[in-house]
Amino acid sequence: MSTDTPTLTGTAKISVRDTRKTFALKDEEFVALDGVSLDVADNEFVTVVGPSGCGKSTLMNIVAGLETPTSGQVLVDGAGVTGPGPERGVIFQQYALFPWLTVRKNVEFGLKVAGLPAAERRERSEHYVRLVGLEQFADALPKTLSGGMKQRCAIARAYAVNPSILLMDEPFGALDALTRVRLQEQLLDTWSTEKRTVLFITHDVDEAVFLAGRVVVMAARPGRIHEVIDVNLPYPRTEEVRLSPEFAELRNRVWRAVYHQTQTQTKN
Amino acid sequence: MTTSTVSTPTPARNGSPPRRRAGKHATLLTLNAVSIVGGIGVWWVLALTGLQLPTPPEVLAKGIELAASGTLAEDLLASLGRVLAGFLLGSAAAIPVGFLMGWYVPARGLFEPWIQFFRTIPPLALLPLVLVLMGIGELPKVFVIFLAAFLACVISTYQGVVSVDRTLINAARVLGAKDGTIFLRVVVPASSPFILVGMRVGLGSAWATLVAAELLAAQAGLGFRMQQAQTYYDLATIFVSIVAIGVLGLVMDRLLLLAETRLTGWQERR
Ligand SMILES: Nc1ncnc2c1ncn2[C@@H]1O[C@H](COP(=O)(O)OP(=O)(O)OP(=O)(O)O)[C@@H](O)[C@H]1O
Ligand SMILES: [Mg+2]
Repeated sequence: MSTDTPTLTGTAKISVRDTRKTFALKDEEFVALDGVSLDVADNEFVTVVGPSGCGKSTLMNIVAGLETPTSGQVLVDGAGVTGPGPERGVIFQQYALFPWLTVRKNVEFGLKVAGLPAAERRERSEHYVRLVGLEQFADALPKTLSGGMKQRCAIARAYAVNPSILLMDEPFGALDALTRVRLQEQLLDTWSTEKRTVLFITHDVDEAVFLAGRVVVMAARPGRIHEVIDVNLPYPRTEEVRLSPEFAELRNRVWRAVYHQTQTQTKN
Repeated sequence: MTTSTVSTPTPARNGSPPRRRAGKHATLLTLNAVSIVGGIGVWWVLALTGLQLPTPPEVLAKGIELAASGTLAEDLLASLGRVLAGFLLGSAAAIPVGFLMGWYVPARGLFEPWIQFFRTIPPLALLPLVLVLMGIGELPKVFVIFLAAFLACVISTYQGVVSVDRTLINAARVLGAKDGTIFLRVVVPASSPFILVGMRVGLGSAWATLVAAELLAAQAGLGFRMQQAQTYYDLATIFVSIVAIGVLGLVMDRLLLLAETRLTGWQERR
């Protein structure tokens, strides 16, 4: 319902093609994305890192169908994106929980929109609330939750409609280190059991490498893809992996790609 | 904390522990009582030292007399009936208009100039015109009160709708919601705090307008009673009316405040 014009393409789940996005400022136009092309395969976990303002959120909003590209095309399952749809779950950086609904009702929101009967809604929400460990807070309002709990509720809400694609914009950005690591492991757990395609934006290089099969490094002004780094580390990603020298090396590579972009650029 | 909350956790970071908060509350109440008694005392002293004021017992006696004769009840009902009719009609009209203005740009374009214009005019200033056009029955009074309540509430509702967080609307969209659902399940609840604040302001404005309108043109009501008493230098009756107006206004405001905390308790308070 939110996609049309099927085209013959490869097997990419998400295909961003030569996408450009400009915003009209007072007397000039600002190029937020310039010639961005990226294919994400089915069941792939891709993370996106880059300096602030390089267009990561813009890219995600375009894939989500919340913004339209100025030129270029975004295909999901081979069909052009024309708006948001429940097959693409989005987790916003600002949680975006409905503050007047309890945790359970938040999780059930998408199910209600989809017209599921109450009993089934209840069952599904129960499952996902338990999955993120919020069962004791199912009837609590968001204002009584901590930041990490709100984030988990937002994750449960996105999971509940069972999207085949998850788009996550710095979802763990505001969390303490311990909660962050726990949620990373939880995310990988559910990703491997309920296979999904994930596009995950982060500021944190460690997180980018730990989660991804591929790290996309973006550059700013204009926003573009700077480098794509394959992460050839085995899943499940255990603490061993996190502490391995291979991990450290990849991490350093990504770090250099993110924070020494100007040098690499002048060399080219 | 040993209260057995069923499932909602006690908001832990919300300030001081209950005992200390209760203590603070008691102190405040005591100070309130001291202030009221002191104020009445000052009034009494002023009345006895030659100012042309009735003493508190005189006012109390007058109040009892007016209550016993049924005049007070009659006035209260007349005033209350007008203010409620005007206020309810005003709010009922303001909420849909405010939503339309916030949601549809054409509606905003059509309504806004008129609302902005009439907002700058105190509703009471329209009373002479309204009296000429609508005669001297109940209609003109209810109409100006309606206007007062409507103008306060419509602006607030409109502001509530346009300030609904974009990310909440986007969150609903990515969960599959279409415009109608977004309106009912996101825009309406998200703007309800604004609507209730608008209603409270509207009620205050309606009450003020009512009493003034009764001073100018009425056959019953608290304002009318004061106007009458003024011609006979009957200060005690004026005092009774003032106290009744104040108490009634306060009670209505508290009732709306109660509704507000009930309906919008989900808000994060910072
Ligand atoms: N609606 C808009 N109007 C004008 N400029 C915009 C708009 N949205 C984004 N931009 C600009 O586009 C650029 C990219 O924004 P975006 O939010 O995608 O960055 P980001 O990579 O997500 O940054 P961060 O890491 O800080 O979240 C920014 O410079 C921003 O100012
Ligand atoms: Mg961003």
